[in-house]
Amino acid sequence: MIRSLMRAVVVALLIGASASAVAIDTERAFEDDAMQARYQRLIAEVRCLTCQNQSIKDSNAPLARDLRAVVREQMKAGASDAEIYAFLQARYGDFALYKPPFSARTALLWLSPVVLIALGGFAIVRVVRRRANMDIGVDGA
Amino acid sequence: MRFALPLALFIALGALFSFSLTRDASLIPSPLLDQPLPSFSLPSLADPEETVTEHALAGQPALLNIWGSWCAQCGTEHAFLMELARNGVPIVGLNWNDEQASARAWLERLGDPYVVTAVDVEGRVAIDLGVYGAPETFLVDGGGTIIYKYIGPLTPQVWRDEFMPRLAQLGPGGAGD
Repeated sequence: MIRSLMRAVVVALLIGASASAVAIDTERAFEDDAMQARYQRLIAEVRCLTCQNQSIKDSNAPLARDLRAVVREQMKAGASDAEIYAFLQARYGDFALYKPPFSARTALLWLSPVVLIALGGFAIVRVVRRRANMDIGVDGA
Repeated sequence: MRFALPLALFIALGALFSFSLTRDASLIPSPLLDQPLPSFSLPSLADPEETVTEHALAGQPALLNIWGSWCAQCGTEHAFLMELARNGVPIVGLNWNDEQASARAWLERLGDPYVVTAVDVEGRVAIDLGVYGAPETFLVDGGGTIIYKYIGPLTPQVWRDEFMPRLAQLGPGGAGD
């Protein structure tokens, strides 16, 4: 029992270690710490289109490499975050961004959590009320 | 009656999910449709001294085919591209993420269906085109507007179902036939 538990812990640690070992874009792109931090944040927000479930920060696909170069270049040219995102969006669509902008097409995506929470809240209120009524019924009987 | 609402929700979600399963999530709709082809200026594969621009596609409806000698699916469609070229369809190639020597060897071995092939040395034109895989094929009208983009290897069936109707809409002389 304890042995198998230990084994599980070791496996979990190994998995954790291997995940953190995969750093793709290891070289610093910017001398300036703030710019480097901004670069890291930006590339984590852009989807690698060829691998889809990775950001361009996490992927070593050639397209991800090229897109990182584009982000670096635009930053050096003084583009704002919004301008860089707009550049990618004009070419690859909303799908390129992990946080797509709010629009008619993405309204369902953005609003569905709110709607679902509202529905759940409504359901809870109804159930609680009904139970409260039931208690009264038991007391009265 | 109590279950009417949950049941309706369940059916609605089931319908949504089963519809979503039939879609291929890897096919990303291009925001470039009905937009002008981005301008570019790249060396030609045949002669690096020569420059290829977007005007290589001007004047009549033409295809822009993104390929690389590393791309297995490009080999799948190559014979059909040769057939299209024989039938007079102008195809401009964009060689992407490739070694130029192996790209030239590829065309020598399999034949060259392209009017001209531009070499996307830095991969920037592919990004301007929203390319994320190869092969991809753009249909561009004579005025340089992107009409359609197909992702994956061209086949006679894709040509018949997707390209021919659009070419027919472009009017006489459009189909290159």
